[in-house]
This record gives sequence, C-alpha cells and structure tokens, in this order.
Amino acid sequence: MQYYLSIILSGISLGGQYALIAIGYTMVYGILRLINFAHGDVFMVAGLMLVYLSAWLPLPVSLPLMLLLTAALGFLIERAAYKPLRSAPRMSSMISAIGVSYLLQNLATYVTGGLPQMYPKIPFLSDTVVIAGVSTKWVTIITPFLVLALVIALTQLINHSKVGMAMRAVAKDFETSQLMGIKINSVISATFIIGSFLAGLGSMLYFTNYQSIVPLSGALPGLRAFVAAVFGGIGSIPGAVVGAFIIGISETVIKGSDWSVFSDAFTFALLIIILVVKPTGLFGEKTTDKV
Amino acid sequence: MRKFIALTLACLLVLTAFAGCSSSSGTASSAPASESAAASTDSGAASEAPASGDNVVRIGVFEPATGDSGPGGKQETLGMQYANKETPTVDIGGTTYTVELVYADNGSDSAKAPTAASDLVSKDVALVLGSYGSGVSMAGGPVFDEAGLAAIGVTCTNPGVTAGNDYYFRICFLDNFQAQVLSSFAQEKFSAQKAYCLGELGNEYDQGLIAYFEQTFGGEVIKDSFPTNTSDFTTYLNKAVAEQVDVIFCPVSIAYSTQIVKLAADMGLEIPLLGSDTLDSNMVLEAAAGSNVQLYVSTFYQEGGSPEFDEGIKAWLNEDATAMTNNGGNDTIAAVTAMGYDAYYVALEALKAAGSIDPAAVKAALPDVTYTGVSGAIAFDDQGDAIRDTAYIKTADNANTAWKLEKVQTAE
Amino acid sequence: MLQEKRNRSGMIAVVGLTLALLALVLVLENTIKPTHMIFIVLKKSAVYALVASSMNLLNGFTGLFSLGQAGFMLLGAYTYSILTIPVESRESVYYIYGGSAIKFSLPELFGGGGVGLVLGVLVALILGGCVAALVAWLIGLPVLRLKSDYLAIATLGFGEIIRAVFQWDKLGPITNGANALKNFPTFSSFNIENADGQVVLRLSAFVPMLLAAVCIGILLLLINSSYGRAFKAIREDEIAAEAMGINLAKHKRLAFCISSFFTGVGGGMFAMFANQAQAKNFVTSMTYEILLIVVIGGIGSISGSCIASFLYVAASEWWLRFLDSEAYIGDFKVPLLRTGFRMVVFSVIIMIVVLFFRRGLMGDKELPDLFRMLRSRKTRKEAAK
Repeated sequence: MQYYLSIILSGISLGGQYALIAIGYTMVYGILRLINFAHGDVFMVAGLMLVYLSAWLPLPVSLPLMLLLTAALGFLIERAAYKPLRSAPRMSSMISAIGVSYLLQNLATYVTGGLPQMYPKIPFLSDTVVIAGVSTKWVTIITPFLVLALVIALTQLINHSKVGMAMRAVAKDFETSQLMGIKINSVISATFIIGSFLAGLGSMLYFTNYQSIVPLSGALPGLRAFVAAVFGGIGSIPGAVVGAFIIGISETVIKGSDWSVFSDAFTFALLIIILVVKPTGLFGEKTTDKV
Repeated sequence: MRKFIALTLACLLVLTAFAGCSSSSGTASSAPASESAAASTDSGAASEAPASGDNVVRIGVFEPATGDSGPGGKQETLGMQYANKETPTVDIGGTTYTVELVYADNGSDSAKAPTAASDLVSKDVALVLGSYGSGVSMAGGPVFDEAGLAAIGVTCTNPGVTAGNDYYFRICFLDNFQAQVLSSFAQEKFSAQKAYCLGELGNEYDQGLIAYFEQTFGGEVIKDSFPTNTSDFTTYLNKAVAEQVDVIFCPVSIAYSTQIVKLAADMGLEIPLLGSDTLDSNMVLEAAAGSNVQLYVSTFYQEGGSPEFDEGIKAWLNEDATAMTNNGGNDTIAAVTAMGYDAYYVALEALKAAGSIDPAAVKAALPDVTYTGVSGAIAFDDQGDAIRDTAYIKTADNANTAWKLEKVQTAE
Repeated sequence: MLQEKRNRSGMIAVVGLTLALLALVLVLENTIKPTHMIFIVLKKSAVYALVASSMNLLNGFTGLFSLGQAGFMLLGAYTYSILTIPVESRESVYYIYGGSAIKFSLPELFGGGGVGLVLGVLVALILGGCVAALVAWLIGLPVLRLKSDYLAIATLGFGEIIRAVFQWDKLGPITNGANALKNFPTFSSFNIENADGQVVLRLSAFVPMLLAAVCIGILLLLINSSYGRAFKAIREDEIAAEAMGINLAKHKRLAFCISSFFTGVGGGMFAMFANQAQAKNFVTSMTYEILLIVVIGGIGSISGSCIASFLYVAASEWWLRFLDSEAYIGDFKVPLLRTGFRMVVFSVIIMIVVLFFRRGLMGDKELPDLFRMLRSRKTRKEAAK
C-alpha cells in the first residue's frame, strides 16, 4: 500500500514538472509550428544558473534572478536562432532548434567541466514530510497544486488579455493576423518568455527533487514533456497538462513493475500509437489541408 | 553568389583548421626540436620543454574529460598529473628524458573513442594510459593494437578489455573479482538473503557487475535497469523498500550514484547500499554527508595506505585550483587518483625496462614489469591483467564526510 | 538529347573523380605513415557519407522528415556483427550469457580465408541492410501516414524503442545485452598480410571508401531514375504528385525502405569502424549529427553530403582538437582553451552555417552542376570578349 502510494505520489509530481516544460513546447508549436528542441536544454541551463547564482547571492535574490534570466534566454534564443528563419521552410527552423540544443549542451559541458553540479537546497521545498508512512519532500506535494494554479492563470491570460488574444489569433492564422495589425514578433517573443519562465519554474521543482545536474539533464525530461504535449494535443495547454500527468504517472508505474527496462520505450510507443490513431492528440483541434 | 560565400567560408575554415592542426600535431610527428610554443603541451612541461631539448618521451592519456564518466576520468588524470609533477623525467638507456603527457578526450563515448585513440597514436606516444570506463577502452583497444602501441588500463575492470588484445594491459582487478568480493561481503556482514541490483540500461560496466554479483550471491536477486539520463530514482528505491531486500547493489557511474545516494539520504533509507569502485568518489561522499545512509564501496586504495602520497597530493590539490575543481572541490583522495598515480610509475618502469622510447620495445618489456605502488604490488599475468587478490571495502562516515576502512577483502 | 549528353559527361566526370580519389587513398595509405589521423577520419567520414546520403534521399529528395537513422544503423550494426563474430571467440564475447545462441559465422561458412572474409562481410552487410529495410517497411505501415514533424517525432521514438529492445537482457544470448559485440572483422581485417603477419598492402581506408562509393553510386542512379523523379515530385507537392498518377503510399514506402537499407549498411560499416557494436552508441544525438551533416552539405545534394561529412568529421575529431588542451604562445596562456571548448566552437560554427548559409555548401546542386556553371560562365566571358 505504502509502495503504491509512493509510486503515485512521485508520478504526480513528475507529471507536474513535465507539465511545466510541456506548456512551453505546446505554446511555441501552437504559434510557430516549430518543435523547439532546445526547450529541454533551457530547462537544464535554468538549473545550472541557480547553482552558480546561489553561490554568490542569497536565495531570495538568486531565485527570481534565475527566472528572469531564463526568460531572457528564451527570448534571446528566439531572436537569434528562430527569427532569421521565419520565412524559411519549417525544417530549417527545426534544425536550428537542434543546433541550439547542441550548443547549449556543449556550453554547459564547457562551463561545468563535465562535472555534475549539486542543486542548492531551497528552504521549505526541500524539507521532508511524511504522509501515510511515505516520506517525501514538500515539493512533491506542492507541485500539482502549483501547476494547477499556473495553468488557470495562464488560460485566463490567454483567454482574456490582449496578448493572449493576439496569441490565439497568430496560432489560428499567421498571415491574416499580421494583416490585422498584430505585431507578430512581440507576440512570439512573449510566447517564448512565458514558456522559458515556466521551464525555469519547472527546473526549480525538478532539481529540488533530483539534485544533480549534468549537461544532458534536460534532454530526457524535455523529450518526455514533448511527448506529453503531443499526447495532449499540441497547441492546447490543458491538453499538455493532462498529457504530462498521464506520461508522468505511467512512467513511474512502469518503472515500478517488472518491465522497468522499457519505461522510455513505452513512452514513445504511446506516442506512436496516439499519433497513428488520433494525430491531433487528446485535445487537439482538427485542421484540414487546403490545396 | 551566396554559395560562393559559403564555399569560401568553408575553405577558410579548412585552412585555419589546417594551420591549427599543423601547429599542434605537426610538431608531434615530425620535428620535436622545432616545437612551437603553440603546441599542446602540459602546463608543467611547457616551460621546461625547450630546456631539455630533444629528449622528450610522450605518454598518452586516454581519458574521458566530458560525458558521464568525465568526473572519474578527471580524477584518474589527476593522479597521473601529480605523478608527472613529482617525477617529470625518466632515465631511459642512460639518457634523461622529459616526460610529457598528451591528452585525448574520449568523451565517455565509444563511438568517439577510436578517433581519440588515433589522435594519440598519431602524436607518437610511447605508450598509453587509460581509460576510466571499460567501454571506451574496448573501443580504443583495436586502434592501439593495430598501431603496435601498448596501453595500460588503469581502472577499466571489464574482462573484455584485455581479452583478445595483446597490447592492452591493466593494473586493476576485474569485475568478476569485485562482484565476488561485494557479494561475499554482503552475506558476511548483513547475512543478506535478498538483494536489489540497479544498473544503467545498456551500460556494460553496470550490467556486467550485476551479472557476476547474481552468479556469486547465494540468495535471491532482483534486477532493475534505468534508462540513460534518468534522474528520478524514487520509484526504484521505493521498490527495493517494498520488496524488503537486505542490500541494494548499485554499481553505477558517478553522475547517477550521487543522485541515488542523495535520494537515499533524503528518504532516510535504512537498507545498506553497496557500490563498486565508481562510487568511491568524494562527490558521492558529499551526497551522503550528514545523513544515516549506510554506504559501502569496494575500491583499489584507501586513504592512509601511503601517508607520503596522501600528503603530497593533498598539498598539490590545495595549491592548484583547477586540480581541486577536477577533484570535486575538496581534497579527499579518490582511489582512481591513486591508481592513475601508480599507472604513471608503471609506465616509467616499462620505459626504463625497454631502454628505448620505441613503442614496440616498450610493449615487449611491459609484461615483465613489476612495481610496488601506493595501491599495492603490481605484476601482469599472461592475459595482461594485474595479479591482484585484495580489494578494500570502505564505508562512508557521514558525520565527518570521510571514508572509513571497513575491511580488506581477499577472494577465496 | 542535349540534356542527356550533358548528364552523361557529368556522370563520367564524377566517376572519374571518385576513382581518382580512391586511387589516391590507396596510394597514400601505403606510402605515408598509416597511423596518420587522416585515415581514421576518412574511414569515419566514408561511413557518415553513406548514412547522410541515404538520409538525404528521404529528407532532401522525398521530403519525408525522418529521425530514425540511429535506430536503423543499430539494426544494421547488430545484424552485421552477430553474423560475423568468429565462432571461437563467441564464448569470450558473450561471456555473461555463456556463449551465443547463434552458432555460425558467415566468413567461416564461406570457407574462411580471403574469399570467405570478403563474401562473408558483404553478405552480412547486405543482410544488415535488409533487416533495416524490413523493419522500416513494418513501421512504415502506420508511421508514413503522418505529416512532417509528426513523422519526425514518431521515427525518433522508434529509435529509442529499438535501442531499449536491444539492451534488454532477456535477448542477451543474441544481442549480448548491454555488452558490446566485438572481435568481428573490421576494416583493418582487409589489410593484406604476408606469412610473417607483416602488412603488404594496406586497404583499411580504401575498403570503406569503396563500399561507400558503390552504395552512394547506386543511390545516385536511383535518384536519376524515374523513381527519383517521382520522389522529387512528392517533395514538391504531394497532392499535385498524386494527381499526376504517382502512387503516394507506394513511393513513400519505397523511399523509406531504400533509405533504411543503406542506413543499415552504413550501420554495419559503423560497427566495422568502431571495432564494436553497442546499442548505447546509437542514440538520438547520432541522428542529429547526421542531420547536421545533411544540412551543412545542402539538403538535396548527395555530393554535398559527402563533402560535408568529411568536413564535419575532420573538424570535430581532428582539426579542432587543439582547442581542448591548454596552449601557450610564449608565456602567454591562451584564454578559454580547456576541455569542452572544441565542441563549443564547433557548435557555434554549425549555428552559423544553419543561420546564414541555409542552403548549405552545395544547395541542391551536385558537383557536375558546379562544373557546368563554371564552364558556362567561362564561355560567356569569352563570348563577351
């Protein structure tokens, strides 16, 4: 019983962390139709930033600074690597995303010298709590609620604010919204800033749980979060969150079973099945190709 | 037009790159006398190289500096660097040679290892030391074999490294020995009946040790593998708790072991953790600091084995900031560092015995080399493996963040 | 008519150039020091050139964006090595599983010796390709219905699944689980030795170049055939192509299988290059590497892929290696140089190419096109005079 509770608990918290990354993927894809492969690495860099910042600044300063810098990084990446390719075929920007991911990983290897870095302890979040005989960290409990709150805030923003409206318009039709006078570049930047900010937040939760950071730390969570985004229907924020929880929980359940070897393979098998059966995902909108 | 710019750029890249390589590798192959200052020399040897003129003997360091074995590779390299600092020259056949360490990063990736190995071969080294991690050693081995260059494995414990390769030697014990030591230790100390083994999926080091452990362990064994780049080990440890195992055996690389140990510390895990030589790292020790985790590792060297060496290398580490960082930020001595140190001296012995810096002569002399290093006596058997029958089992003293010798275990 | 003539002269030029290059490698290999870095770089880039060209067939010529290359290479590499490990060393290779489930070795079946080696290796490579093509056909059934990015992600996922299957220790007696397969014939096995074991004729860099050249030649012939034109039509506009009577599903599947076949052969060659086959090497980052080669060379240019793979391998593994170690100019320590800097510089170069030279080195032109362009420019200049 205790064991199953612990599995479900860690599954939910993992799902919550994936959700924060998946939102970044899904928003960018919704607008640019671009799989931002570098997003997982932004997540990793956010973790590293806090390691270095907290070495010379107190946590209350370094935490917000990290979130700010991560958002800035997302903005910079978009401006430097994706904006020049906006008129190019979609494959070029996807390749550029792969290039950025490669660059961030190599940069992280260079800066850390390939040594794993220990994430600082964040008071309260890192403290241990015992629930029904299972000891876990506070962050595990908080994550799902935090994610829920953020998602509600985000959907409010998208449904009711001007930026949100612009985002939806751009996602619907790129050219027409441009004609309607929407400043496309600032909308896209806003998307990247929000996505990276959430990735920064996600990295805080994730690395508080799993403390050592290596340059490839972002690759796997990033890929899984992307699968979650596709699963939920890419472009849809609630879909990404639901997908992330499903992926997170099924991953921990499989790890707990005798088939733990295939935990990753299962995630991808799930992806292929959903793509073949319902390519738009659980909550995706159906689009038709016009000739 | 654009294409021509692209082509010019490419040509430019090629040209600058050629210029770059001719200054670094060109000197190595053709004229050591005209050694340009830009050549890739060791920081210590750089200022001395011109003084000692032509008599330079190069020793290749085939170690990972990046990738998941990066931290271990760096610690192993530290031992060689320290030994090189301590004894920078060697008398070969009556002439004094300056020893220069030439590095090639194999990136912990067996797909990149052959080129890294060729890089060393093309730089005219007399013999090669390394690597940390058996996979890269096995990938680089045939390159050394073909080039007729002897390689001394320092801590690559997989049997496949020396099997079928005449040119690969090693100074450490093997996986089957290590696994046997640990399984009998588990049975003696904890009267373990049930063990949980956790390794990285597709990593020959982890899986090999686990397979041997399973063979020699009398009781029940539950095996699990996690995919590469996993950082969430909660489920695995919870599973071990739920299965009520007596010991957990996790022979994983440093990057994973820090996470597992950290998690065990946070969870207040009461089951003892057994680890292999990779876990003997101060980074793992730090992860366990201040907790109640019971961590036991089998290793090659215990601090205190040679007070003189301990003192010297600690002084050096405290002096040299880069070395300190590479050692994980403090001056606890990892066993791999001691092994790297010994490997360097074994290499010097081989050079002396060969009486020349010709790789073929060095290779011919190597099987008969014996040396008593800080980690014990070293001699090679027919296969090229070290004849070793002792392993140290250390336990983490979490209150003082230090290793404590548990027992010296010999194979029966 | 004129077009055909031009094509033929271009073809002859390319064949001539390739033969000259092969001859040059053969001569170099037997005259200068065999341990020179150039040879290992040539071997690796020959392998990568083949894999990149077959990826180009799919991504550049047919417009199917697949990221499953590493998975197909893995299939080829494992098939090749399982079939060619000598029977006597199976015990030591499969030491954890107490020997292999497969009790024969192709080179020995063909009678051993030189003939057996050549035949065995060739058959094993081709079988490796066939296995890859067969699996491609199977997964192509559901996956090829997907569009662009979705196809990319699905094939990426496929690569991960394949890897997990091959690392599963229940299959150990066949795949050797986590352990590397080794001791099979490599490129160096083709060196001709005399009775004393001394190398008389060195072929270790020539063989991979030859194999790659033949395979790429077949690819080129295919691209210039009516199938190739159908592929290009699909790339340009699927719906228009269908309207012109091209069977979309059939041609897509064909391109996918052929590309996977050559990727599988390339995987087998990769195992020969790396002296071992181990599932953990065939990760997504390998696919990305190959994709970057295709991009640098120019999407839709086979000769671009070949040139780019040489530049890529040489730059990352050889020319830029000096950036990894500390260096002094006089007493001045060059800043920034330390482990890992090589890869940083390298990835910056890649970003520059991706961003500013979007069409890569060759665009979608081939070498003969370039010659022709130069020639026509010259004639135009002369005419102007």
